[in-house]
Amino acid sequence: MVRVLKLELRGITKRFGTLLANDHIDVVVEPGQIHCLLGENGAGKSTLMNVLYGLYEPSEGEILIDDKAVAFRGPGDAMAAGIGMVHQHFMLVPVFSVAENVALGAEPTKAAGFLNLEETRRRIKEISDQYGFDVDPDALVEDLPVGVQQRVEIIKALVRNAKVLILDEPTAVLTPQETDELLDIMRQLKAGGTSIVFISHKLREVKEVSDTITVIRRGKVVGTADPAAPTAELASMMVGRAVSLTLDKAPAQPKEKTFEVRDLTVIASNGQHVVDGLSFDIARGEILAVAGVQGNGQTELTEAILGLQDRVSGSIRLDGKELLGRSVKEVLHAGVGFVPEDRKVDGLVGTFSVAENLVLDLYDKPPFAKGISMSPAKILENAKARIGEFDVRTPSAAAAAGTLSGGNQQKVVMARELSRPLRLFIASQPTRGVDVGSIEFLHRRIVAERDQGTPVMIISTELDEVMELADRIAVIYKGKLVGIVPGGTSRDVLGLMMAGIPPEEHAHTTGQAPAAATASTSDAEGNDHV
Amino acid sequence: MSDKHPPKHAAEEGSSKAHRAAPAAEETAAVVSVDTAGGAMEPSAVPATAQSGQLPGGPDTLLRKIFTGSGMVSVLAVLLALIIGGLLIASTDKQVATTSTYIFARPTDFLAAVWNAVTRSYIALFQGSVFNPRGNSVAAQFAPFMETLTIATPLITAGLGVALAFRAGLFNIGAQGQIIVAGILAAWVGFALHLPLGLHLLLVLVAGVIGGAFWGGLVGLLKARTGAHEVILTIMFNYIALYFLRYLLNTPAFQRPGETNPISPILDPTAVYPQIFGTQYRLHLGFLLAIAATVLVWWLLNRSTVGFEFRAVGANPKAAQTAGINVSRSTILVMAIAGGLAGMSGVAQVAGTEKVLTDGVAATYGFDAITVALLGRSTPWGTFAAGLLFGAFRAGAVQMQIQTGTPIDIVLVVQSLIVLFIAAPPLVRAVFGLNPRRKKPARAAKFRQAATTGGAA
Repeated sequence: MVRVLKLELRGITKRFGTLLANDHIDVVVEPGQIHCLLGENGAGKSTLMNVLYGLYEPSEGEILIDDKAVAFRGPGDAMAAGIGMVHQHFMLVPVFSVAENVALGAEPTKAAGFLNLEETRRRIKEISDQYGFDVDPDALVEDLPVGVQQRVEIIKALVRNAKVLILDEPTAVLTPQETDELLDIMRQLKAGGTSIVFISHKLREVKEVSDTITVIRRGKVVGTADPAAPTAELASMMVGRAVSLTLDKAPAQPKEKTFEVRDLTVIASNGQHVVDGLSFDIARGEILAVAGVQGNGQTELTEAILGLQDRVSGSIRLDGKELLGRSVKEVLHAGVGFVPEDRKVDGLVGTFSVAENLVLDLYDKPPFAKGISMSPAKILENAKARIGEFDVRTPSAAAAAGTLSGGNQQKVVMARELSRPLRLFIASQPTRGVDVGSIEFLHRRIVAERDQGTPVMIISTELDEVMELADRIAVIYKGKLVGIVPGGTSRDVLGLMMAGIPPEEHAHTTGQAPAAATASTSDAEGNDHV
Repeated sequence: MSDKHPPKHAAEEGSSKAHRAAPAAEETAAVVSVDTAGGAMEPSAVPATAQSGQLPGGPDTLLRKIFTGSGMVSVLAVLLALIIGGLLIASTDKQVATTSTYIFARPTDFLAAVWNAVTRSYIALFQGSVFNPRGNSVAAQFAPFMETLTIATPLITAGLGVALAFRAGLFNIGAQGQIIVAGILAAWVGFALHLPLGLHLLLVLVAGVIGGAFWGGLVGLLKARTGAHEVILTIMFNYIALYFLRYLLNTPAFQRPGETNPISPILDPTAVYPQIFGTQYRLHLGFLLAIAATVLVWWLLNRSTVGFEFRAVGANPKAAQTAGINVSRSTILVMAIAGGLAGMSGVAQVAGTEKVLTDGVAATYGFDAITVALLGRSTPWGTFAAGLLFGAFRAGAVQMQIQTGTPIDIVLVVQSLIVLFIAAPPLVRAVFGLNPRRKKPARAAKFRQAATTGGAA
């Protein structure tokens, strides 16, 4: 790379109405550095980057490139200035090939307007070889794993000569192994002279790869930190108070096994066996975590238990009673509490008030209803109690649930599901998109439910969460059970299991893994629990 | 976001993009400001809507917005439609045409003529729908208002049917067919059976409501069982109902004896709604039932478990299903109730105003009901108010034509404009300068000028 570029954000302020999303933020990204923006969800990191990328106009402040002020009116300006961005949600056309996707937006043409993809293919190969991306320009994007799709996004930026690459929460969608590979790629890009702005709230990754860390809290820079600083220090800077990163959890006291799943198979509308012969049980007073990369049958598993799937075979028994073939309402009546993985789609009615959402599956039971007549007073009373108990930050019980922050929405769903006596508690991605402070709280509630003697099933793609909560871990891959291992199992083993390799084959496989990847994973292990 | 041009053109392209991006960003700002509750909460720097690609509320969010947006837009849409309607009135006025030939010599003449034409027409509209000061007696002075209420009656109940279905996420285009089926049954009970006073009317009402509920519920059943789209179903059911009615009116069971026209016998006096204020006005008991229906729908939506289910299914069917609500059952039930409400309009027609069954029993009430529900934002009392407004338009239009020669059709134009503006809230807000973004004065002025000249030309 010929040109290296110094990027400076000076006094950036962004207001949305009365809300101050960014408050005089100063950040200097030195050439050839990995600069991490660390902050909780909703701290203002993404807003800041959208300002930098020209998607938002700053209310105040300026952007300087090589000490010259620039004004971006849109992403086009930012790209022209050498800034590339990889969004959390990829901006790729699934049915297009890699080359087509990369060319999209700046299509090279031959005479008479015919598309000339040769040049693009050549550039992709060049970049792919330089950084060891292993990307085939002619593969269709929809056929690629998520990790490779992400590399396509990075290539897209590099083809446009990005000197500063913004990665917005890039690891959220990756397996632990893919994450390590990405961190490796980031180091290589840095060595090649590309600066990287790395947005994350995952301390392990941040510590591993960053040169400089800027911590943002509530729209303000609260300080810079050294990557070598202890994890607990970074966490408390990020949250603004001391947080315990490890859960004080008494060892499980498993009692009798009341929840049994046998040979559960779910067939999707395309005939695929999305859940394939799963068998496991959960005892009262025990947390079973189901780990796996997203899209390996977790959603269908929970939906089958709840009665939302049609083509299901096998058996699901709770307290000796068969749940399969019953309606959702009957399953809920049997004492199943369910926190769905996507609260906005399945867990909440966004336009309903917080109070209404807190009785979404209890609305027709006393005391909230007599016959078909509902009691708004009782619903409000319940809302006030739950809002207090779960510390839901809402303007009022009458506020629309959709206007709350992600963490508070999740608290509403959890508060509702934990507000009645349960025989089984299922929580899917219980803390996705939730800030660190709330995670701690929600985890404690889940453990409390376990300690009351409820069988608890957690479905999570976050390995940290799985390791934190689980008494036993069931790993699933392509709808099949890879194995059930005890709670303390190492990240390495779990990571391989998530890729479909059963524990007994591990010794064999790890031997072949690249040395660098193994080394970084074991580093991570050391930093993870403080 | 990717650029459509090579980077060298990026500067120009970027600037236009910023314009387009700005309003969206500012609009979400309103959402965010709610989020923080005036600083009581920790601010989330990213608007909730931007945090996830999926907006809450399912796929038909745009339609939902149009149907349940702010009441302010409704009011402004009516106002704007009246202004443009006024310009149209002026454009057909003879005096305006004459003065426009020497518009440059004496523009004041022209403007005065425009003002005259518009105000005369709208005053006539008002006098024909609310209060006529030239009436001989107090009764005559209020006659227009009574007529407004009479015409509003079927609009309100059918509008409630459309509104209720919409709150449950269903676009009920079938009020027309539901009115017709209700009319068939109610009329038949009214002229074929001969029962004592009271019981007869009750039976007419019940038959009509059941007829509408059956016709609507059938749509719900088909949708729940087969997944067929309710818009297609209701449109087709409208045709089936209409042609079935025409067929019936040529059968001995329905055709008035000795009549060659397709018209039924007159309903028994025991089978018709009593007139509320005596025989001097057409206003009948159906209006009081419409008020009762409005109260009932309000209660159903806001205070009952059934309405809770309807609203949950309408706002987020996936979440409703996950919470154990039976979406199929809700679909069938809400369509049946919606059909029953539209059925009340059918009864109001045959037992209230017409007293016979013809193939024009539903007039265009079933379709106007969609507009009424739209204008009323799918709320019960909003629909009620919108029904009154449309009733007034209808009642006043006749008087307007008699007094000023302004064609009745202008009212239909105004009605259509209202729908148009409600469907495009940003347009309405732009015209009234209410967009959250600061308006550029030059552009606003240009728009008004264009509208004015366009109307007068």
